Amino acid sequence: MMHVFGGLLILVPMEVDPVPWARAQMAFTLAFHIILVPLGVSWAAMTLIANYRAIRHGDRDALRLAQRWSKYMAVTFAVGAVTGTVLSFEFGLLWPQFMGKWGEAFGVPFAFEGLFFFTEAIFISIYIFGWRRLKPWPHFWTGVPIPVAGIFGSASVVAANAWMNSPQGVTLDSAGMIVDVDPVAVIFNDAMPLMAAHMIIAAYLVGGFLIASVYATGMLRGRRDRYHRLGFIIAFTVAAVATPVQMGVGDGLARWVYNNQPVKFAAIEMVPQTSSDVPEVLFGHLNSSEEVTGGIPIPGLASWLSDPSTGRSTVVQGLDTVPADQRPTIPEVNVVHLAWDIMVGLGTLLFLFTLWYWASWIFRRDMPQSRWFLRCAVVAGFLAVVTLEAGWTVSEVGRQPWIVYNKMKVEDAATTNTGVWLTFIVVALLYVGLGITTILVLRGMSRRARREPRFEETDVPYGPSETADRPQVRAG
Amino acid sequence: MSTAAAIILFAAVTFYAIFGGADFGAGFWDLTAGGDKRGERPREVIDHSIGPVWEANHVWLIFIFVVLWTCFPEAYASITLTLFVPLTLAALGIVLRGASFAFRKAVFHNRAKRKFGAIFAVSSVLVPYCFGTIAGGIASGRVPAGGQAGDPVNSWVNPTSIVAGLLAVSVTAYVAAVFLTWDAGRLSDDTMVAHFRIRAVAAGVVAGIVAFVGLLVARNDARYLFDGLTSRALPLVVVSVVAGLGALVLLRGRPRRGGRAAPVVAAGALVLGWGVAQWDYLLPTTLTVSQAAAPT
Repeated sequence: MMHVFGGLLILVPMEVDPVPWARAQMAFTLAFHIILVPLGVSWAAMTLIANYRAIRHGDRDALRLAQRWSKYMAVTFAVGAVTGTVLSFEFGLLWPQFMGKWGEAFGVPFAFEGLFFFTEAIFISIYIFGWRRLKPWPHFWTGVPIPVAGIFGSASVVAANAWMNSPQGVTLDSAGMIVDVDPVAVIFNDAMPLMAAHMIIAAYLVGGFLIASVYATGMLRGRRDRYHRLGFIIAFTVAAVATPVQMGVGDGLARWVYNNQPVKFAAIEMVPQTSSDVPEVLFGHLNSSEEVTGGIPIPGLASWLSDPSTGRSTVVQGLDTVPADQRPTIPEVNVVHLAWDIMVGLGTLLFLFTLWYWASWIFRRDMPQSRWFLRCAVVAGFLAVVTLEAGWTVSEVGRQPWIVYNKMKVEDAATTNTGVWLTFIVVALLYVGLGITTILVLRGMSRRARREPRFEETDVPYGPSETADRPQVRAG
Repeated sequence: MSTAAAIILFAAVTFYAIFGGADFGAGFWDLTAGGDKRGERPREVIDHSIGPVWEANHVWLIFIFVVLWTCFPEAYASITLTLFVPLTLAALGIVLRGASFAFRKAVFHNRAKRKFGAIFAVSSVLVPYCFGTIAGGIASGRVPAGGQAGDPVNSWVNPTSIVAGLLAVSVTAYVAAVFLTWDAGRLSDDTMVAHFRIRAVAAGVVAGIVAFVGLLVARNDARYLFDGLTSRALPLVVVSVVAGLGALVLLRGRPRRGGRAAPVVAAGALVLGWGVAQWDYLLPTTLTVSQAAAPT
């Protein structure tokens, strides 16, 4: 009996090369988790802004916003917590050789991530419970550690990813095995500061646009009350502040890649041979003989952006400077370049869109009221997520074929388990279901909130329910 | 240094088994609470009891992974390669459990509540079973050293693993039932006190029987573990049995201090007993703790 059960899971599946499936599964689960990250990091901050306004100015609409947001946040946080736990399984399940060889360095930032996650979880529950149990200001302060822990937590995770791009702080023996680890050098590796800043600001940018798009939808449907307006303004302002900052940080990070990961940079800019006066090609692709075809070239711009001090004479290293097995394949280069164009293009578009918002505030002392602005705001929520995913694709596919830059290849890190294709399918189906359910549950909650005036005071996810709660209050 | 890391590792395993275990066990009682009407009150007590705990208890699990891959990277690679299937099932179970528990509280309609409740409850049983089989696979020496894959099926579908899986389910159910009895007591709900008290006794008896059967199984299937349990880990085994019985005795009266500590000691001593019994092997009987240690 027992062997039948095990056999179903292991022996029936065909023997399939696990590497592409392991990559697909890791990419899929990370792509999913990275959408929840902005909400975990930035939504809490927006909730606190609303909460602050509510206490400071006695603003009842702001209070209602903060109360509802904290409830919705609890759902997305729970989904983020479990999908994050899955990622920690996957490091070992999909990349055992990577963890086996580099675990002691790679693991260091994760230890800190665990601590920050724990802090975040504890204060989220205190904050959600606190609505009815604490006085306004102390309650507000119990919320403050949430975005702080979120920022440090994402910085720790990004530090691990940055270390894969810039593996420092390890001493290897002649056989290439780690003999010594310097935890500080591992965490604060050269790639970490800019990468972490880029991700954290992205969290505010995406979170802001995403939540603003929900309220823009409501306003387009005629719910033009003060509550919706406030919800929109808080979220959109956060995004509108983050967007220009993000462009500056992104520019700095691109230059860091130019200086430190020239092959990744060559893939981003699609540069087959080392040369100066490199054009910035919009779209286009590399054909099988490694020539740039199609697209719209802007002469000299890639060189100029790489180092404005030397302008168009800046030399950009080409892909051909390293053997073919040590750089991204042609399809990968095309993916990286396309993702780069999407990220920069949409990022710029979002930036221009925020100018509309700022201009309206400066000249009319109010947010833009036109339906077209709101329609654009709805689309911007979606585009912000696309931009985030594109940026993450640039970083991760551009790193190929390395899992630890210039030290270990992805294919040497993967599990030998030939059933990964099956787990990929199961995980993909599960996550699609999870994503749809999360959206449906959140939508259901917001409908209830409109229907029931006392929604804010009824029970919350992970909170003791109203009925079970009352006796405890009596007993205590 | 490696000894300290191993002690920290086992401490984390113990904490996860107790606190995470109590969460999972509550899911077991949710599953068996019966239909809508009959199960309403027990489910309220369960919700109330684990509500504030979040999924934050998984932080112990993440901590276990971090210590393993940071301090014993090669052993970690062996474990994940060999026990791929139960680890994957546990991960999926954790996702389903955490998400459906949050969803259940967030949705309004009974039909949806029931669906999420069922997923929550079934995955609450699946996850500890998987972790039990993993512990059994390691303890019975089925995970080879050297970052290699052992038998992908036999490593977790074997006598020791199956008993360990059942033991994990029954022990988590037992700890949770004791906790829930106290929580019902705090809510001054005498019907629910009786409801969970009888279940605590039943689960305690079952856990005791499974543990005893496990010892017999280990005698043939995991000899090193058996020898350890009957020699250097014997005091812990005795402590576990005494505390386990003591917890049931303490349940007879009104809530009292120490009533919650007893099941914690019982479950904790059991997990620590496993650790001491297989000492100083990290992977019996091929890799000792000091051999497994990373160079730092």
